[in-house]
Amino acid sequence: MTLPVAEQEPLPPTPPEVRGLTPGAWVRTNLVYSPAGVAMTVVFGAFAAWVLFKLVRFVFVSAHWEIVRRNLALFMTGRFPREQQWRLWIAFALVVIVIAVRAGTRSGTRALEPRALARRWWPVALFAVVVASLARTLLPVLGIAGLAALALGARAAGRLVPVRARRWVPLLVAAGVVAGFEVIVSGSDTGLDRWGGLMLTLYLAVGGIAISFPLGVLLALGRRSTLPAVRAASVAYIELFRGVPLVTVLFMASLLIGFFLPPRSEPPDIVTRALIGLVMFTAAYIAEIVRGGLQAVPRGQVEAAHALGLSNTRTIVFIVLPQALRSVIPATVGQFISLFKDTSLVATISLFELLNVAQTVTKQPDFLGQGLHAETLLFAAFVYWVGAYWMSRASQRLESRLGVGNR
Amino acid sequence: MLEHGGSRTPLWRRPFVRRALIQVLFLGALFAVYWWLAGNLISNLRRSQLTTDFRFLSQPAGFAIPNSDFSSTQSIGRAILVGARNTISVSVVGIVLATFVGVLVGIARLSQNWLVRRAAGAYVESLRNVPVLVVIIFFYSAVVLQLPPLARAKQWLGAVIVSNGGIAVPSLRDAGASTAFGWAVVGAVVAAIAVWIWRGRVFDRTGTPAVRPRWSVGAFVAITAGAYVVLGFPVEPSLPERQGPRILGGIVLNTEYAALLFGLVAYTASHIAEIVRGSIQAVSVGQSEAALALGLSNAQRMRLVVLPQAFRVMIPPLANQYLNLTKNSSLAIAIGFPELTRIVRIAIGQSAPAPQAILVMMAIYLSFSLAIAAATNVVNRRLQVAR
Repeated sequence: MTLPVAEQEPLPPTPPEVRGLTPGAWVRTNLVYSPAGVAMTVVFGAFAAWVLFKLVRFVFVSAHWEIVRRNLALFMTGRFPREQQWRLWIAFALVVIVIAVRAGTRSGTRALEPRALARRWWPVALFAVVVASLARTLLPVLGIAGLAALALGARAAGRLVPVRARRWVPLLVAAGVVAGFEVIVSGSDTGLDRWGGLMLTLYLAVGGIAISFPLGVLLALGRRSTLPAVRAASVAYIELFRGVPLVTVLFMASLLIGFFLPPRSEPPDIVTRALIGLVMFTAAYIAEIVRGGLQAVPRGQVEAAHALGLSNTRTIVFIVLPQALRSVIPATVGQFISLFKDTSLVATISLFELLNVAQTVTKQPDFLGQGLHAETLLFAAFVYWVGAYWMSRASQRLESRLGVGNR
Repeated sequence: MLEHGGSRTPLWRRPFVRRALIQVLFLGALFAVYWWLAGNLISNLRRSQLTTDFRFLSQPAGFAIPNSDFSSTQSIGRAILVGARNTISVSVVGIVLATFVGVLVGIARLSQNWLVRRAAGAYVESLRNVPVLVVIIFFYSAVVLQLPPLARAKQWLGAVIVSNGGIAVPSLRDAGASTAFGWAVVGAVVAAIAVWIWRGRVFDRTGTPAVRPRWSVGAFVAITAGAYVVLGFPVEPSLPERQGPRILGGIVLNTEYAALLFGLVAYTASHIAEIVRGSIQAVSVGQSEAALALGLSNAQRMRLVVLPQAFRVMIPPLANQYLNLTKNSSLAIAIGFPELTRIVRIAIGQSAPAPQAILVMMAIYLSFSLAIAAATNVVNRRLQVAR
């Protein structure tokens, strides 16, 4: 007679099932599944190999990166005065610290896990490595290494923040960014008109995102308002700014803002005018996106809120908007990525941002006429690519964390 | 509003009164802001002695437009029209090419072949995350301007000349009765559409297979060939030929136009590829499984089951991309192509009044956007499932 189950020897563990295909099976299903498949593999394989070969040979062998090397400061900071560059490092360190602290507060029980960290931050790390490899002196490399160490330390410190205090950390991030900005502009001759390069691009992008988002939400609510005057005004604004190109809006902002202010007053500087143009343009697109989200909130939510006695404002703020905004995160972040890329258009109103730098350095006397456009444009494209790719990956992480599309 | 006994709701608590009051206040504030802005505008215009009307449109331009028959004595209004025509030209060709390339790449991203999938994925991911202006300037400075000059230009297949002065492609040349032939082609297109509708009605009535593509294309080809023969070979192909420093024959896409076209097509095609891929994946898997269970081949499954449903999902985002392409054509200002925005900029530089000129430019772009939006709304409504 067999023993009771509790007294039997446990069964030996079964070896884990092999998931996925063996290499041979993978090749059979993905590359040589039919005569047409073989033909496509051969043709595309040859084409891809040729493209990769030319690209690698260009990047590592035949390109003259000297033009980027010598002008790296121009690319990063524009015509910022050299002797005040220490302010940039301090401001950058402040921003890195507060962001790392916030990352630390959100890291939960995961201590320093190299693979997870690498998967999350590899675009930024790639960017840092490329910039460090293009630097001509040791100082930028040391600075970048120091910032990386500072980030890791701040992340560890963030994990020590008590749980009750963690709700204030986003405020700390905002304070850190503003403090960094003040550190930079408080020097002599370091105002916005001297900013340029990647710094100006980041300023326009971050400022544009921060201001256009609330404005867009207000416009979307206005468009759905039951008051005809408010709705008509919102519709007119949205349709006007969605129907014209961004270049036109920037052009309008740079030329016409001065016309609309009182005759003897000083118009704001060109960077602020460009920011106003970007904000007004993006707010219209955000309004349309948020309007789609507002339409997707079930009516029952609003009715239940009213049944519970919530006023209209409270209903919108606490019930409708959270659900609406969460459902349109992909589209909204897509619009922010577009804004980041569209900061390149301020080159058409002569702002000295990253793309303009890339175009201008090829006209320097040392490099004139050598056809080095590919090098500078590829570097600028790489910087934009890192930013946009990192933002889209962060958006995917945010969506999965908030359960977009599943709830 | 219920009235309890003798007390009515006070005025300030009645919804109608509150809403009316809010609207009056809002409109009042809006009008106050507009009044202030307009007042500033007029006083500033008066101070700088610019006119406040649209008379500048009929004054001589004072600048020439390359690659067109516009001379500097013609009016600014005509210059703006030439710019608008250039914008339309680049937008229409760009939309057609971008759709073609984008659909191909989108379907390639779903291919069974790993290499094709990855190659298409690399194309889409690299071009989607880069600004369109960078792509356009890259094609201009680093591709088209680096082509060999005309004396050393290559000739592909004996038909296309690629040089840094422009790209020459073959075209048709008048050899007798080209206008009549043109009208015959238009008639053939109309006949093809009529045949399409007729065969659809035949199918609805009797159930015989419609085979509309074959009938429509056959009708078009028959009428065109017949007109060609009857009119005595009215057009002939004209291949571009190098003649010293110039190119004779064919159509020459000048440098800026070619760069703008390639840049816009490459960038927009990557977005269209993502849209196509997403809409094909949005068709539920059950549809494909049922099609395979019914014995349809892969090609039939795509053509008869998946693509028609995917098409319905695709149209609004596709319309958005067409609008974006039209608006992105204004970036030609960075490479000197004389489209609408650049011409208005030059005109303002030549002392046309800025507010009115910008108003004209915005009105033209708004009309383009409204036209494209209206056209796609019509297509969208026809494809909607009847509820």
